Amino acid sequence: MSKKDLGLLILILVVGAIVAIINPRFLLPINLANTSNLIGLFGILSIGQAFVIITGGIELSVGSVVALLGTLFIDFIAVRELDWPLAFVLIIALGAIIGLVHGWLITRLKLQPFVVTLCGLLIYRGVARFYTADGTAGFAFGQNFPELEFLTAGRSYGVPNSFIALIVIAIVMWVVLHRSVFGRYLYAIGKNEEAAKYSGIRTGRIVMAAYVICGVLTALSAIYFAMYTRSISPASHGQFYELYAIAAAVLGGFSLRGGEGSLIGVILGTVLLQELQNLVNLLGIPSSLNFAVMGGVILIGVLVDQQWGVFRARRLMIDAARKNVAGAPAE
Amino acid sequence: MNYSDTSIAATTPFLSLENVRKTYPGVVALDGFSMEVRPGEVIGLVGENGAGKSTLMKILGGVTTPDTGTITVDGTAHNSLSVEGSLGSGIAFVHQELNLFENLDVAANIFFGREPLRAGPLKLVDRTKLREMVAPLLKRVGANFSADTQVAALSLAQQQMVEIAKALSIKARLVILDEPTSSLPIAETDKLLDVIKALKADGISVIFISHRLHEVERVADRVVVLRDGMLAGTLGKRDIGHDQMVKLMIGRMLKEREKASEAARAPGATALAAKAIRTPTYPSRPVDLDVRRGEILGLAGLVGSGRTELARVFFGIDGSLGGTIELDGKTLVLGSAADAVAQGIFLVPEDRKLTGILLDLSIAQNISLPNLPAHARRSLVSASAETATAEKQKKDLGIKAPSVQTRTGTLSGGNQQKVVLGKWLAMNPKVMILDEPTRGIDIGAKAEIYGLMRALADAGVAVLMISSDMEEVIGVSDRIAVMHEGQISGILDKDRFSQENVLLLAVGKQPK
Repeated sequence: MSKKDLGLLILILVVGAIVAIINPRFLLPINLANTSNLIGLFGILSIGQAFVIITGGIELSVGSVVALLGTLFIDFIAVRELDWPLAFVLIIALGAIIGLVHGWLITRLKLQPFVVTLCGLLIYRGVARFYTADGTAGFAFGQNFPELEFLTAGRSYGVPNSFIALIVIAIVMWVVLHRSVFGRYLYAIGKNEEAAKYSGIRTGRIVMAAYVICGVLTALSAIYFAMYTRSISPASHGQFYELYAIAAAVLGGFSLRGGEGSLIGVILGTVLLQELQNLVNLLGIPSSLNFAVMGGVILIGVLVDQQWGVFRARRLMIDAARKNVAGAPAE
Repeated sequence: MNYSDTSIAATTPFLSLENVRKTYPGVVALDGFSMEVRPGEVIGLVGENGAGKSTLMKILGGVTTPDTGTITVDGTAHNSLSVEGSLGSGIAFVHQELNLFENLDVAANIFFGREPLRAGPLKLVDRTKLREMVAPLLKRVGANFSADTQVAALSLAQQQMVEIAKALSIKARLVILDEPTSSLPIAETDKLLDVIKALKADGISVIFISHRLHEVERVADRVVVLRDGMLAGTLGKRDIGHDQMVKLMIGRMLKEREKASEAARAPGATALAAKAIRTPTYPSRPVDLDVRRGEILGLAGLVGSGRTELARVFFGIDGSLGGTIELDGKTLVLGSAADAVAQGIFLVPEDRKLTGILLDLSIAQNISLPNLPAHARRSLVSASAETATAEKQKKDLGIKAPSVQTRTGTLSGGNQQKVVLGKWLAMNPKVMILDEPTRGIDIGAKAEIYGLMRALADAGVAVLMISSDMEEVIGVSDRIAVMHEGQISGILDKDRFSQENVLLLAVGKQPK
């Protein structure tokens, strides 16, 4: 764990302690379970975003994809009555295809990630609303999917299964990002795509793979969100989720220029964001201020981190100068 | 001191430094350094990287304060200069990296921030007056372009003229040129040297910093040599010579050059062959070129003659618009650099920091990058395998760094270049293309890189070296191919090597 991650963890614990002191309900099992469920849902989304951001790209269509794929998933199993494992596979495949198309447009046709995914944001939202004729997708009364519901919205030993899914995915993706050849390529491309290309890396394929990973994880979280809300109005479902994901990555130390950030960081970023949401509810802060609190904390976090960097660089220089004076023979 | 030009010797110096000392944590950058510059005098300032040239420039520019010593400018003694003070007393800099706005025209650049304004509340720029002010400046630097040309459309040498005109516009009395020719092709260099002579004729002093010693030889009235922060010596006009300068710079004579120019070698079989290759820059000009095993083929030519573009095609970065590339007689399809690397065709690119290495990664990570799967088990990177490869290259190449985990961004230019070489040497090169391999590298490291290229050639690798440094091309190559406007204008064998022949071919004429 890097110092940055450790700082973030301490911040999470301090904020948690303060909230718990002011309102002990924070520590109630039901509150912790609810919060960790949300952490699971948003965490999966944010890991996907992190893989794109590490390459220096961005994926803005995440929220709309959550709406579209969530709508489709419920439609598949509730209306078209597909077997849920088949629907599950179809949705994941669709997520991968969306990622592949984005990656292809960005790497082959050299469009800017911001532009491609902004168009995606608009297109998928529109398609989702059209698909249900702006109605709400939901289950009929009495429709039950016991295994699916257990895996997505259930709990094991009191821990939400969505949170357990996040932990499993996080461990796998940690290995991929920090230990694998592919992960090294991602960092290299994020730091300097040209130099990576000149080192014989097929940068296009790697970047495309990052968008596919993002698409797959977004599709997975879309299913989780769908099973969590159980009814989806495509006009508002998943709105601003891309910003939650980006915010989690930024809080977790990712640079939007690429090449910087850790998996633990993005998870901790997600935890802090959800903790703040919870704090707004528990401390009786008007929920209309929700976004303002989040924005304020992110801004302060980024500021402190940057100032801390400046301070440390200065201290290192002073230390070096002192050592030099002490070590030099008397003149 | 020996002045050949007695009229200069008689005048009082415009600038003099006495016993200047500057230390940084851990290093003495300048130690008891003294020099003087007289009006109308051209001083060549040479020294290896790290000899203290940059520190000296920073002191003269007022960016850094010396610890001790006196700086006398135009008769007034100072302990240190400020940026405004330096500018105000007429000291102007033309840096290696030009500070021009490429999207603006020449006139706007020269008077940026000091534009003549029209009367009225809107403070519009008075274009007519601006042009009138710029015209004489451009004339003085011998510019062959007009004041309303966009800077982006100018050649490098022309851009440097704009910088010099800018210096003249603030009534500079001393112009300091920091490595102005390092990125200039031969013909353009001549223009710049002419401008220096014109400045001198106007009584303006010039400090000319360069690694290209034969240029220093041509324009300098006096050469000041720095070594390890100290004045290694001063050479008067009559004593200026390549070997003397090198001797003072490194404290010994350089032997590498003679070693490189041994008798011609027996040519090996053709390794890399270009047949009617058309680069995207010169689509109508097919290129044929053979690089043989065991030879160093120098590729000379003016900047923009299509050499780098050709290298990019060989390395798969750009696609060829026609023709074929063969390696050992087999036709290659190169869709990307990855394809070239898989065939053993490697490139040490021109721009080290942008394309050669990743500054934020460690030496070990840079060296393993092109061959990462070989340093991994089940797709997971093995740090120990990576370290082992890097340690070997560090030792073989003499990379000076605390460890292979050191960030490459903290290394000197020469050591960074060795890391670039190391990442390819750790694999199995068949064809090694080096684009300006010694640009911005000090003389000691240069010699080592020449040695490495020769060792590669001796091991049977086909080496293609692109270089704008005439001494380097002639001293290192076994054969020289010269490009002119996208085509090979001629190939010289060892017995026809001469600066004149290379130059003639470079401008599209027949050699003697």
